[in-house]
Amino acid sequence: MVEILRHGWLLARKDLLVEFRSRTAILSAVVFTVLVLLVFNFGRDPTAVAAVDLAPSILWVTFTFAAVLALNRAFQLELENQALDGLLLAPVSRASIYLGKLVANLIFVAVVEGVGLPLFALFFNVAILPVLGPLLVVIALATVGFVAVGTLFSAMTARTRFAELLLPVLLLPFMLPPLIWAVLATAALLAGRPLSEATAWLRFLAAFDLVFVTLAFLLFPATVNE
Amino acid sequence: MLLAEGLGHAFGSVRALDDVSFTLHPGQTLAVFGPNGAGKTTLLKVLAGLIRPRAGRAQVEGGRRAVGWIGHQPQLYGQLTVWENLRFWAALYDVPEPDFLQREDDLLFRLGLQNYEHRLVRELSRGLVQRVAIARALIHDPRVLLLDEPFTGLDRTAAEESRELLAEQAAAGRVTVLVTHNVEEGTELATDVAFMRAGRFVHLAPRGGRDTAEIADAYRRAVTGG
Repeated sequence: MVEILRHGWLLARKDLLVEFRSRTAILSAVVFTVLVLLVFNFGRDPTAVAAVDLAPSILWVTFTFAAVLALNRAFQLELENQALDGLLLAPVSRASIYLGKLVANLIFVAVVEGVGLPLFALFFNVAILPVLGPLLVVIALATVGFVAVGTLFSAMTARTRFAELLLPVLLLPFMLPPLIWAVLATAALLAGRPLSEATAWLRFLAAFDLVFVTLAFLLFPATVNE
Repeated sequence: MLLAEGLGHAFGSVRALDDVSFTLHPGQTLAVFGPNGAGKTTLLKVLAGLIRPRAGRAQVEGGRRAVGWIGHQPQLYGQLTVWENLRFWAALYDVPEPDFLQREDDLLFRLGLQNYEHRLVRELSRGLVQRVAIARALIHDPRVLLLDEPFTGLDRTAAEESRELLAEQAAAGRVTVLVTHNVEEGTELATDVAFMRAGRFVHLAPRGGRDTAEIADAYRRAVTGG
């Protein structure tokens, strides 16, 4: 177990260093997030629908597509120079490789969300500070779920010819349940409803995480083995 | 020691390996020549443990930890420096820090890479990258070297340098398997020679006193029937 964690962290650290040096994917995802929020901000009629009703869906649509952009790069960088074969040949478990990718993707998506959330509050004039704690829990639970599934699908599609197109097509149906629950929980929190009203959605999100993180760990070897 | 016993494998209806057997001892270098699609890379992947054969068994003394792989793709990260790449791969193989520092110094000196230690790999020429790939493959001091067309894409000088470096490694008592379609490139390193066609060894013998021209002639007769 310690070995899995240690090797996983080595891989995650390497991925983050590579991304820090190139900054291509993170910049694309951040710019995408800002643009989508801008478009929704100027493209809506504030007199027709209240911002607080629209905001949760916009927040999660933005995070979802920004995450897909980020997830696309997870295994692409291993295909450059066939580094993936080197990883598979090394005496590290497949679980370590998956864990490393998962952690790197989570940090990556968290950075994008960290930029997006204040801009979302600014553009939509939504008071997030009073509910920041519970909102961060919702964001964390939903992010773990779809990044876990996304990392698995990213490994599956990386060696296909149309990986960038295939990943969202495969991933979005699996992202629907956590996305719906996250939108409902966020809506309840932003509307100032008691936390107990969002608890059910939080439980669903936690259950989704548990099931899909476990499944992803179990299925990952099959996606990379020849 | 490296043992291959009755190896068989297929991709769908295409037979990639058909009853391939041989044994190699320290200091032996087997050069496997064959046309594209003969099953050479599949053989290496089976020996490395990347593919589980459908028949027979491959056994490497020391397991995956004892294998070093050099291919025509360097399995390096362009956004990392030479040192960072070597550090990463050494850590995956659990090379202790003092051993890594000593081995890294030694390899960089022998490969003429001392002045490139802190350069990003993507900034290096193809010949230098291949030298770094050799250092990467040797950083954990493997007992078995698997070479997959290691001279592809290199100019004449770089190929000659790589050949000399690999000859040194073979002379140091490692077991080496080299696969290539180019008889001229591989003969110098070989102590044993095999010709491969449609997944089968159609010739396997010690090189003896045969020179490149004799082996090329035997290869033409055995593989192309010419």
